[in-house]
Amino acid sequence: MIRSELIQKIADENPHLYQRDVERIVNTIFEEIIEAMADGDRVELRGFGAFSVKKRDARLGRNPRTGDAVEVEEKHVPFFKTGKLLRDRLNGHED
Amino acid sequence: MTSKTLTRMDLSEAVFREVGLSRNESAQLVEQVLLHMSDALVQGEQVKISSFGTFSVREKSARVGRNPKTGEEAPIPPRRVLTFRPSHLMKDRVATGNKA
Repeated sequence: MIRSELIQKIADENPHLYQRDVERIVNTIFEEIIEAMADGDRVELRGFGAFSVKKRDARLGRNPRTGDAVEVEEKHVPFFKTGKLLRDRLNGHED
Repeated sequence: MTSKTLTRMDLSEAVFREVGLSRNESAQLVEQVLLHMSDALVQGEQVKISSFGTFSVREKSARVGRNPKTGEEAPIPPRRVLTFRPSHLMKDRVATGNKA
């Protein structure tokens, strides 16, 4: 399923809404999650999962082509942990 | 930087501000989005949200695990796990936004 298919499903379920409003709604949800993480915040969606930011320490890496040591700066990366309900559903335990 | 936790309520509040539906309907729409994504994943489908990221389901085969506390061996049955791969855009925005 891709973004446009998700939008279509929501539109089908809500015939009273304009398609362009459904697009704005879906885009707002994903945009809000990215913005939160860019601010260093966590987004916890019970049953689905939690988005958080993990810190990767600075390290000495290597250029794989030349083998030269290069300093890699500390950085922050997005992380997702699956919620319990969804994890159970994936394995066939419908509540 | 003090970090806080957002929930469904914050997402529906954002939808409420953006589109001007009632708070109640905004909350229902957030729920529908999460439900459709979950349903697709449970069907074994990949969910690919451009400029956000990709959720995919991976099959893990059975293995013998160990209780880290007691050291006892415990069989882990085959199972399906969900992985999330963030888009470049998400990675860039998270890296830039959290730069010291």
